[in-house]
Amino acid sequence: MIPPTFAYHAPRSVGEAISLLSTLGDEAKLLAGGHSLLPMMKLRFAQPGALIDINRIPELRGITEAGGLIRIGAMTTENELIGSALLQGKLPLLPEAALLIADPQVRNRGTIGGDIAHGDPGNDHPAICMALDATFVLQGPKGERQVKAVDFFHGTYMTALAEDEILTAILVAPFAAGTGYAYQKLKRKTGDWATAGAAVVLTMAGGVVKQARIGLTNVAPTALRALEAEAALLGKPINDAALNVAAAAVRAACDPAEDLRGDAEYKTAMAGEMAKRAIRAAAARCK
Amino acid sequence: MSKHIVSMNLNGRKMEEAIEPRTLLIHFLREKMNLTGAHIGCETSHCGACTVDIDNKSVKSCTHLAVQCDGSEVKTVEGLANAGVLHAVQDGFYKEHGLQCGFCTPGMLMRAYRFLQDNPNPTEEQVRIGMAGNLCRCTGYQNIVKAVLHAAKTLQQQEKVAA
Repeated sequence: MIPPTFAYHAPRSVGEAISLLSTLGDEAKLLAGGHSLLPMMKLRFAQPGALIDINRIPELRGITEAGGLIRIGAMTTENELIGSALLQGKLPLLPEAALLIADPQVRNRGTIGGDIAHGDPGNDHPAICMALDATFVLQGPKGERQVKAVDFFHGTYMTALAEDEILTAILVAPFAAGTGYAYQKLKRKTGDWATAGAAVVLTMAGGVVKQARIGLTNVAPTALRALEAEAALLGKPINDAALNVAAAAVRAACDPAEDLRGDAEYKTAMAGEMAKRAIRAAAARCK
Repeated sequence: MSKHIVSMNLNGRKMEEAIEPRTLLIHFLREKMNLTGAHIGCETSHCGACTVDIDNKSVKSCTHLAVQCDGSEVKTVEGLANAGVLHAVQDGFYKEHGLQCGFCTPGMLMRAYRFLQDNPNPTEEQVRIGMAGNLCRCTGYQNIVKAVLHAAKTLQQQEKVAA
């Protein structure tokens, strides 16, 4: 319950936050919503010497559309995703899936950027961002670079983010008209992390799959993009045969950790089942 | 570690205090301000017994630093009643028997207070989802749902009278 002592900084700009990161080095951690970091500090799993609070940086907030892309500030809270009319209209997977994350209080503080940067395979946004083919904007002392969601997650709690960088925004193309989508999350109770989850974005033409992207949650050391399962669906109608082939490819990609949510066999089987349900639900939404 | 001077509006009263960065808001409220209505039921941010209202949002004060509240409006259960008259959520929990041991009640009340402003006319299902961040050991939730729906009705009647 009692976190160790640390110094506290509350910069007002990304530039100021980056120079603090550079000065303080690896003793510092960025404080976003604080609903993963503070719990770890309260259990003394993490003991940073300094916290750099990025809650007072306006440029990290807001959901806007420009140049054919939707830009979501990294400090956008889960409840802001849920309440966004822009996302409900053009990227409805995000608000729908955010309702399955944690609980109302946590969603008032937890941010999409923090959910991603934490790099926890149990978090939902990593797989969702893979299904959305999202791009992450990272800013450091030398400027800005962009990394695709599919290349961002390197291991459990490990990402492409350097120690002196800040994830500033998530860029996603709005759904083309008629795009189907779904996030299926098996969980023990509301507010728990997934036993297994599957995010699907799908387009169909002439009764067959034209494009498919599948992200998997909590069935490997990182979120996964199920590329073989996607390939198996292309050009096929959505029927039991196609779903079985895709689910088999999903199961083959899994490498789950065994814990109180189940053993590897159960989680693998559930990943296949969640993928099937998500593909079916996404196809039903395709126009 | 050096303390930070923090000023916040707490239950409508301006206050200023020197606060150590690691002080959790729940400990600041309970130990420094003697507002002991908010409780602590876990160390993993699940139970919601510490829920308070910060800048018009429900927040678990065990997972928020007091230094982060500089310039904020904070409301606790002690600030719910108006000149001794119970707020509709307090009255609803009383009338519908929505509490037994009373340990989760301050957090439940603060959550219901905000939830009913965000959704003034909820269904039973919406109440259950809206209150999902608060655990209760005693009631089985059934009477809490009735209490929140009771409060929703009261607030709607109060609104009609005021209009």
